[in-house]
Amino acid sequence: MKHVIVIGGGVAGMQCASELLKEGVKVTLLEKEQNTGGKLRNWYKLFPTYTPAEEVLSALRHKLTGAKNLTIKTGSEATAITPKKVTLSSGEELDCDAAVIATGFTLFDARIKEEYGYGIYDNVITSADLEQMFTRGEVRLKNGGKPKRIAILHCVGSRDEKVCQRHCSKVCCVTGVKQAIELKHLFPEATVFNFYMDIRMFGPGYEEMYREAQTQYNVHFVRGRISEVSPTFDDKLQIKAEDTLTGRPLKMGVDMLVLLVGMKANDLNSDLVEKSFLKQQPSGFMQPRNSFLGNVESNVGGIFYAGAVTAPKNVGESLNEGTAAARAAIEWLARK
Amino acid sequence: MVNFGFSISRPRAIDIDRNNLRKSNEIIGEMPELQACIGCGSCTASCTAGNLTEFNFRKVHTLVRRGEYQGAYEEMNKCMLCGKCRLVCPRGINTRGIVMLIKRKLGDF
Repeated sequence: MKHVIVIGGGVAGMQCASELLKEGVKVTLLEKEQNTGGKLRNWYKLFPTYTPAEEVLSALRHKLTGAKNLTIKTGSEATAITPKKVTLSSGEELDCDAAVIATGFTLFDARIKEEYGYGIYDNVITSADLEQMFTRGEVRLKNGGKPKRIAILHCVGSRDEKVCQRHCSKVCCVTGVKQAIELKHLFPEATVFNFYMDIRMFGPGYEEMYREAQTQYNVHFVRGRISEVSPTFDDKLQIKAEDTLTGRPLKMGVDMLVLLVGMKANDLNSDLVEKSFLKQQPSGFMQPRNSFLGNVESNVGGIFYAGAVTAPKNVGESLNEGTAAARAAIEWLARK
Repeated sequence: MVNFGFSISRPRAIDIDRNNLRKSNEIIGEMPELQACIGCGSCTASCTAGNLTEFNFRKVHTLVRRGEYQGAYEEMNKCMLCGKCRLVCPRGINTRGIVMLIKRKLGDF
């Protein structure tokens, strides 16, 4: 029986494992955390349909439950990957016939953009923090109060040479619009301002959601990037930006600032280049064999990619790549 | 008093905390479609008045939404209501209606 090791137990990895199992392949799924689910475990609802993230995860977990030929190893990281063998952090070596890398991405650390005051001022939070607040049902200011004015800043750690992140993280714009609407649901009296450089609404229903935020929820979109945040004596955050569409500087006090943090390539991707002879893009994400006809294949035969390890992707795209990578691996096994 | 030729410039920044947003909220409340503006500039590019004067419809309504009303009424008076902007707006905003609404709301500014 052929054996494929899937590295990464997020949505792409879980989908890939389930597709491989259907084809009668033996699968080992490696997850470095104690639970499968990846980044989605910390997300509340998904754009543009407000589907609970948990709904997607439980469906994926259900597909894997009780599978005879599946071994899930949580708390284990792969340190070396070849098409024949994967070495774990414990030192254990697993033989295989192919490997799928579905290790995803790292959230950008907002503290690096010090001018926005994350980790310095209360009430400066990231989009990921906000999702957890939504999940807990506790969207509150540090002092327990309700926010009256909220600013959401796009492109934190994306399209920014100053922090070595030139790429667009793709999903933050839509997340910003989604979170603005969710905040308006919670606090109908609050004013929400989104500060953006460009708005990128690339998927079905996204542009519609943007217009809905503008005209039905009265979310204010200001084209201009916040330059700095400072505290005021009355416990607010003073933000400054240019309102580029009027050509004037703009400032205001807000109660809460949400930073839409981008997707950063994993630091460990450079290890894959060194130890597995794989290729990396200038952005740090892995380089697929071909952007059109081989986007789930690597430059090494028998090693495949699925999901955000090759570029920022949304959940649907990652799931599709899980399926595509499984298909590509099965074809590879049949040829061998 | 001797005039030394010095003066103090007024701050150019739009200060959302100081601006009275009541009129702005009323305008958006009456025609929420104005918020759908994506700043493409089609209205200004096609504007008959804008080709002959400094009139910039996009900029004026954006300033009004931020609570900057000074001179907005006079600016809107430059509009000849030809309606070309409405024909080209990709977001389907009734731009001519917006001109009339801003003039009605801000006549006393």
